[in-house]
Parts: sequence; C-alpha cells; structure tokens
Amino acid sequence: MENILQTRGRIFDIQRYSIHDGRGIRTIVFLKGCVLRCRWCCNPESQEFGIQTMRVAGKTKVIGQDVTVEEVMEVVEKDRGYYRRSGGGLTLSGGESLCQPDFAQALLMAAKSIGINTAMESMGCAPYEVIERILPYLDTYLMDIKHTNIAKHKEFTGRANDLMLLNARKIAESGMTNLVIRVPVIPTFNDTPEEIASIARFSDRLPGVSKIHLLPYHRLGQDKYEGLSREYLMGDILPPENEHMAMLKKTVESVSRLKCQIGG
Amino acid sequence: MKKYNSERIPKTERITKLVEHLYAKLPEIESARAILLTESFKQTENEPMIIRKAKAFAHILEQIPIIIREGELIVGSSTIAPRGCQTYPEFSYDWMEKEFDTVETREADPFYIADQTKRELLEADAYWSGKTTSELATAYMAPETIKAMEHNMFTPGNYFYNGVGHFTVQYEKVIAVGFEGIMKEVEEALAGCQVGDADYATRSRFYEAVLISCRAVIGYADRYARLAEKEAAGCSDPIRRAELLQIASNCSRVPAKGAQTFHEACQSFWFVQQLLQLESSGHSISPGRFDQYMYPYYRKDLEEGRLTREQAQEYIDCIWVKLNDLNKCRDAESAKGFAGYSLFQNLIVGGQDENGRDVTNDLSFMCIEASFHVFLPQPSLSIRVWNGSPHDLLVRAAELTRTGIGLPAYYNDEVIIPSLMSMGLTLEDARTYNIIGCVEPQKAGKTNGWHDAAFYNMCRPLELVFQNGIDCGEQIGPATGEVEDMQTFEEFYEAYKTQMEYFISLLVNADNAIDQAHAERAPLPFLACMVDDCIKRGKTCEQGGAVYNFTGPQGFGIANVADSLYAIKTLVYDEKKVSMADYKKALTFNYGKEVNELVVAQISGKVAREFAMNGVKADSATVASATQEILRQSVTAEDQRKFKELLELIENVPKFGNDDEIVDKFARDAAYTYTKPLLKYYNPRGGRFQAGLYPVSANVPLGAQTGATPDGRLAGVPVADGVSPSAGKDVHGPTAAANSVSTLDHGIASNGTLFNQKFHPSALSGEEGLDNFVSLIRTYFDKKGSHMQFNVVSRETLLDAQKHPENYKHLVVRVAGYSALFTTLSKSLQDDIIRRTEQGF
Repeated sequence: MENILQTRGRIFDIQRYSIHDGRGIRTIVFLKGCVLRCRWCCNPESQEFGIQTMRVAGKTKVIGQDVTVEEVMEVVEKDRGYYRRSGGGLTLSGGESLCQPDFAQALLMAAKSIGINTAMESMGCAPYEVIERILPYLDTYLMDIKHTNIAKHKEFTGRANDLMLLNARKIAESGMTNLVIRVPVIPTFNDTPEEIASIARFSDRLPGVSKIHLLPYHRLGQDKYEGLSREYLMGDILPPENEHMAMLKKTVESVSRLKCQIGG
Repeated sequence: MKKYNSERIPKTERITKLVEHLYAKLPEIESARAILLTESFKQTENEPMIIRKAKAFAHILEQIPIIIREGELIVGSSTIAPRGCQTYPEFSYDWMEKEFDTVETREADPFYIADQTKRELLEADAYWSGKTTSELATAYMAPETIKAMEHNMFTPGNYFYNGVGHFTVQYEKVIAVGFEGIMKEVEEALAGCQVGDADYATRSRFYEAVLISCRAVIGYADRYARLAEKEAAGCSDPIRRAELLQIASNCSRVPAKGAQTFHEACQSFWFVQQLLQLESSGHSISPGRFDQYMYPYYRKDLEEGRLTREQAQEYIDCIWVKLNDLNKCRDAESAKGFAGYSLFQNLIVGGQDENGRDVTNDLSFMCIEASFHVFLPQPSLSIRVWNGSPHDLLVRAAELTRTGIGLPAYYNDEVIIPSLMSMGLTLEDARTYNIIGCVEPQKAGKTNGWHDAAFYNMCRPLELVFQNGIDCGEQIGPATGEVEDMQTFEEFYEAYKTQMEYFISLLVNADNAIDQAHAERAPLPFLACMVDDCIKRGKTCEQGGAVYNFTGPQGFGIANVADSLYAIKTLVYDEKKVSMADYKKALTFNYGKEVNELVVAQISGKVAREFAMNGVKADSATVASATQEILRQSVTAEDQRKFKELLELIENVPKFGNDDEIVDKFARDAAYTYTKPLLKYYNPRGGRFQAGLYPVSANVPLGAQTGATPDGRLAGVPVADGVSPSAGKDVHGPTAAANSVSTLDHGIASNGTLFNQKFHPSALSGEEGLDNFVSLIRTYFDKKGSHMQFNVVSRETLLDAQKHPENYKHLVVRVAGYSALFTTLSKSLQDDIIRRTEQGF
C-alpha cells in the first residue's frame, strides 16, 4: 500500500462536487496529457503532458502539478460523506488517464481499498494490456465513442478509432466493469441522426452495455484557448439546440435498446 | 401502503386570478387603524394600559373597513387595497412622517400614500408624541448604549420601532375550541381570582382584557358573515353565490366555535393569522406546523366524503395568497435590510412528533404544492429534515428549490432538537419545534423568543481594536491600547474579545430597555390568550407570561472576522511580512482605493478630536480642510505600493469556506466571541439571551457602515452573509464550503444559523440532479449544519449581470462541472450559460 500511495503522477485539476460524470456526487481528478487533439476539446490545457502556463482572468496560472496518490486521496477523502449519501465517488478524467497508467491504477486501487466508488472517463486509447490492469479497480468505465468512421475520426481528433472500438468490445466482454458509452455531440462532426445511430448500433452490440449519454457540445472551454495563445477552430459553431438533442435521443432509442440520456 | 399521498395536484384558474389581482398595483398605506386606535386611546386615558389596548383593538375591529376580494374562499383583509398596510403609531411614527414624500419612490419596498392619508396620519400621530414604546425604550437606555447605536455598532431597530411579533400561537387550540372555548377558560380563571390576592389588580384586568379581545374577534368574523350574506344576495352568478353563502356560514361559526370542516379550520386559522398582525405590527408571526394541526380536519373530511384533495389544495392555495395580502411598511433603512415586503411568516412541514416519529403527511406535500401554485414569497416555507425524513418529501422540496423561488429552507432536527434542549426545553417540546421568521427555532404556543432582537456587526469591534476604542473621533469602546504596541497575536485577539464583550453588554442593555418598554406600553392581550402559560399566570407575553422566554440578537460577518484575524495572525505575527503600523494605515486609507464617506468620517473625527485635545476650537470648515490636507498628503506612492502588496499577501492567506482545517477551526473559535458571552445575560422576562448567526439581508446595508477590514474587504462593501463564506472566497465548490461551515458550532447558536448556497439550475436537472442535491443537504446535516437555503440563479439575474457586471463581481456559475466567475467570461460563453438556465426542467 505504501508504494501505491507514493506513486506519482501529473494532474491539472481536482474538481469537487461534480455531478455530471458518473453516479452521485463525485470528485474528478484530471490527469494531464492526451493522445487525441479533438478540435472541440473543452480542456485544451489537458492535452500536453508538459507543465504549461495559461492566462486565466488576467492572471498567469501554472497548469500541471506533480503529486502523489496520497496527496490526491487526502482531497478525495474530504467528500466521503457526500459519496455515501449520493452513491458517488472518485472519477478520473483528463486528458486521457491511460497516458499515465501506473498513476491511474494506483489512484483507483487506493480509492477501492478504502471503500470509495470509482469511475474513469476515457477513450480507451491504449494497448488493451494497460486497460486490463485497471479494470479490477474500476466500478464504471465512462467510455467516449465519438464516431464510427475512421477517416472522419482521424480528421477531427488526430487519430483513427480502430483501437478504441476494439478495446470497447474487449472491455465489454471482460464483464469486469459497468461500461457506459458517452458521445460528445459536435455540430459539423457527428450530429446527424445517421452518425449518432451508427454509434448507438455499435454500442448496443457490446455485451452488458445498457446506457448511452449524449453530451451536447458546449463552448465553455473557449476562453482557455486564448489563455494558451491557441486558435479556437470551433469559434463560430453554436451548441446544438435542445430540440435537436431530443431528436437524436429518439433516434438512439429507435435503433437500439439502450437507455439514452442527454448530458452526463 | 404509503402513509401519505404525494400525487401532484393541478392549480386552478381562481388562484391565478387571485394572485394577479393582488399584484395589480403598488401597495398602499391606509390610515383607518391609526385613526381608530387614537380615537379609542383618547377615551381611555385613565384606565390600565392592558384594558386600553384591548378596547382599542375592539374599536378597530368594530369599525375598520372590511372587504371580500373577488373570488376569495378564505376572507379577512386588513386593508381595502390589496397588499396594503396599516400603521402602528403606538410603537413609533416619526420616521414615517419624515419619509411621507419618499416612500412611494424609494428603491426597497415602495408604498403609495394618498395626500389625505398623510393628513389623517399626521393628525392621529400627534397624539402619540411622548407615548410610544420607542420613546420609553430610549429613556430606559444607558447613554453609552445610545452612543454605540449612533456609531452603528449594532441596531435593535426591529423592536425599537415596531411590535415584536416572532410568535407561533396555539392555532390548533382556536381551531378546536374557538374563542368561546378560550373565553370559558379565562372566565373560570377570572372567577378564581380573589380580591385580596396580591396581584388581583393586574391579573383581573388581564383577564378582562383577554375577554374584550376575544369578543372583538368574534364580532369581526360576524361582520364578514354579514358582508358575505349581503354580497350573496346581490350576486347573479349561482356558483359564486353559493361560495359566498359558504363563507357566511363559515364566518358565523369560526373562530367563535370549534371548526367542523377543513374549510372552517382554514378560515379560523386565517382570522388568527390576520388579526395577530392587526393587534401589533410585529412581523414573523409564523404559522408553524400547519401540516400537523390542519391534518385531522383534512383527513376527517376526506374520509367522510365531504372534501376532495383538489378542493383542499385550493383552500390551502387561497391561504397562501392571503399570506401575501398582509403587508408592513418599514423605515427606509430597515426596508433595505428586510427587502422584498417580507413578513417572514414561516410555515414548516415534516419532522417528528413528540415521541420522535416522522409525521410527514399529505398536507406536507400539499403545502409545497401550494408554493408551486402561488409562486410568491409568503409563506416562508421550511422543511424539517432528519434521518427519518422520506426521500420523496425532500425531492419534492428540491423541485421547488429548482424553480429559483428561493424556497424552501431546510432545517436539521439532529442539531436543532439538542440545541433547544440545551436552552431548557423538554425533549417533547424540542421535538415538535418549528421555525420563526428567518431561521429561529422555538416551541409553538409556549415561547416568547424575542428572536431577531438586533443586528450585531462583528466587524465593527475589530475596527475599534485598530482605533483603540475610538470611532470617528469619539471614545465609544474600551481603550484596549495602541494596536502597534501589541506584541503577540494573543494580545490582539484579547483586545478584540474585550471590545466584543463590551458592545455585547450594551446590546443587552438596548434590548432589555426595549423589552421593558413593550411590557409597559404594549401588552398584547389577544396574543396572550394563545400562548401558554399566559392565562395561568395572568400576564401577557411581554410581561413574562410565556413558558419559555429568550432574547435572540443575531451576529453576522463571521467569515470576515475569521479571515481578518487569520490574516493578521499569519502576516503580522507568524510570518512577520507586514508591520501592524502599515496594516493600520492600509485600513485607514481603504487600501488606497476609493476615499468614501466612511474614510472621511474616520479621519475628520480624528482631526476634530486632536484639535479639541489641544484646546483649539475648530469649526467644521477648518476640520474639513485639515481632513482634505491629510487625505492629499498622507498616502505616498510608496504607501500605494505597500497597500497593493498587502492586498496580494492577504489574497494568498487561506480563507474560511475552502475546507481548510486550520482556518475553519479558527472561524469556529471566532464565532464563540459572539455566541458565548451572550449566554451570560438575562432579559426582564426571566429568560436567557441566545445567539443567532444570520443577517436577513442586512449584511448589505450594514456593510455600507463598515470600514475596510483586514481580510481585504474594502470600506462599504457588504459583509459576509450569515455563516456563509465571504462572497467569492470559497473556490472549491459547494461541498468544501459546506464542510467549512459545518465546522462552526451550530448547536450553541440556538437562535439559528443561515447558510446560503447559490446554484445554476443545471446542477439540479433531471431526477439525478434532485437526488444529488438532496444528498448534499443530507451530508451537510450529517456534519451537524443547522440550516441551508439555496438561490438558484435565474436567467434574469444573469442577463442583469451582463448589463451591470460591476454588481456581480462574485457571481459564480457552475455549469456542467465547470465553474467560473460569470462576469469574467466572454459574451458568447455568458450567452451559452444563460441559454442553459432553460434546460433541464
């Protein structure tokens, strides 16, 4: 246990009272570094593994901090009462947590060893052996599936999706975690009924998967691009209308048996 | 089978119309009560005060104009104008005369007043010169108390200028036996008095006064019965005619006799609620556990097929509308502190019975439903929460919270019951508590709690530590020494405690003087007949007739004091980064920011004092020019640099509200500087003082009277709200803030604490959102917090914040797990967030 608690990793934020990422009231630990470069990413400061600076409300802020599992757990532990009342717990997010597999695994093990529920938001973009190590300590896997078309996926995120789709199947077949599929609904990328239906059909065929979340695109990360002196490529794209989201939800329900919800 | 039916019930067209009618016009001040009161008092000059009060009450009820508003099912209005108000010159009147010409145009709670009304009030008021409770209270106060009040150390404004209110009476008794039943009890007590008894004179007069009052109330209801009959005779619509005849029948039976039906029980309740507020001008007359005492009538009618749930809901909705028909005009300053025409008629549902079992019933849900239907600020709806509270009830309450109406407030039985027991209540009385006004717990029908007895600003004594007890050139507090000479933090903290204790003693003096004035000049016989043990003791509540007697003044600004003390300890004493002299200078000159009135007043006071001490007679012009000279010369560029640096250092000192164990424990201790000394004191009714930690909305106007504080707060800026962290200082979200606040000792603040949290509606969206929200409340209560209420940020607020960002510097919005200071976001993001307020319902 000592080793686990002393495992070090790099995070860029810890957010308490998070209620849209897994069941109940949760604490999200954001791990730094990502394999993808999604154009709509609302946490652009998560992408680089390296420590950076960003302008936030007129001040320069250092993004990225090296911490031990013990230090993270000290914060996670503070909201234990809220987890107990709400069925919440710890959620790992990023970035892509699988970029720091030892750290991610140690965090999940530490939480499970003291009875805290665990979840991870991830694209599953890593060799399956890495994922397999983590699964015994993970209650819920919130897996992003952004598109079923390889070329379009690559165009908008910088990488093809074949490994991720394969991993999704393996994770589902392992039966070791509760797999929930999440789809960021991005206008111009995947917001047509056909594209969403295709993701829904794929997800529906995964054994044990019963839930899919459609997450409407938002621009809340826009100011961060400026803070990082980067250009925001999605600036003139508006978030999808409520009616459009409702229509997509109906589409999912008509082509699959999945329980679909809008938002996390 | 469930022990309650929680099905939603639709709103009727009648309720929409009643609400529209109520809010069609600006509320109006009427003169009828003041004229009748004065007429009666002129005729009873040599009689005992209690008899005079009763006769005046009777005269008012016999003569005051009455009205049945269109579509009403429950009747009884204190004014002809909807939401109008009467005046109460027996408590105070001069402020109103001074504000005659501005009351209609003022920002907070304006009232229309006709020229003729002004003339009539001036004539009636003239009689009251030298006869008000406020004048007698002033005469009873020590000179240093009056001085401290002039210097805004605290303000007992509420009862200084008005009736006391803050009661929950035995509604259930009136509904069950009627005033005829009560009169029988009083007649027996009167018959038991022997002329030779030591207290025969006062006791027998008291009983006579109660009888006069009860008869007057029965007569008033009878006037309504006759009016309803008359209107029925002239009514061509057969449905309305039947309703009017029902009203006539109800009013001829209740509140004289016990109610036989739920409708009669509602009418009986209403006359009590309305007439208590016509007897005196006190606010926070709280219906209390309405779902409990009304339930037997509801169930019986339902079982016997006399009533449907829909009808019952409509009667309840009608009462909710009526609770907003009552109104009160306060002086301009108080109106700011109580903004929103609020009468704080607190009505609470759920909780336990005297044996500790949960008592949630159909009516608990229907009361919440009524707030959905009526969607108005009254009643101040509250929910009792304990480990046995049904999840359904809390989820329904959370749905109401989600609408953004700011209701209900949530209360924790697990803290409040032991807290009340620590103040001497029995277990049974504590378990059946309800809330008065804002947040003050008490036992209904047995308590004269004098809750809300004053606003005590905990930041002001801190200012005096820096000024050696001198404020604006006058020595008003103890000379605790020059702050620069204090060698240790303990010495500094001791000085603060000394200032606190001194002003707490003056606060007690002010409250007790006012208490005494009410006992002598404002005994209330009608109120007394519905509070134990007034009849048994033969005394009014004001004279000590209640079983439980308290005085509960509330302190506020804990977060500022805790953050200030901690900043001084860290920066001056532990890390020695700033000298006390520099800190003091920064505070004197408002950290080099705006030179406002507060800054000028302090400096010119000091200048005048120095002239006087040197034997120089200086006129105001000389003082003013010397002050200007100081302001021009004293702050050098070097000072400005230091001020800026100090503000940055303060910014980095940990603040209360972020789940930081050391600071939070510090705050717990700082709160004790108010709560503990108060417990030493007693009031003239034989009861104890007990502290509350809540500000109503006075943290804004009283912050305007407070100079810069060592936590980096600038002069004139609002101080922290209740036990909540300072605005914008809690940056780790709701759970961290709740953990910090729960570190305070809520149990010792037995007069109530107030913790306000702000949410964006998306935080409560969907069923899961509601469940999570309930879990947040439950966990805060597991951690021994006492009260929680929520502002769900509305679309209108956000639009206004876009237009006037300067007023919303601290507005944090949390959307989709993303939280930010709203005004720092770009316009397009702000627009997205505004759009999101409409989602999720």
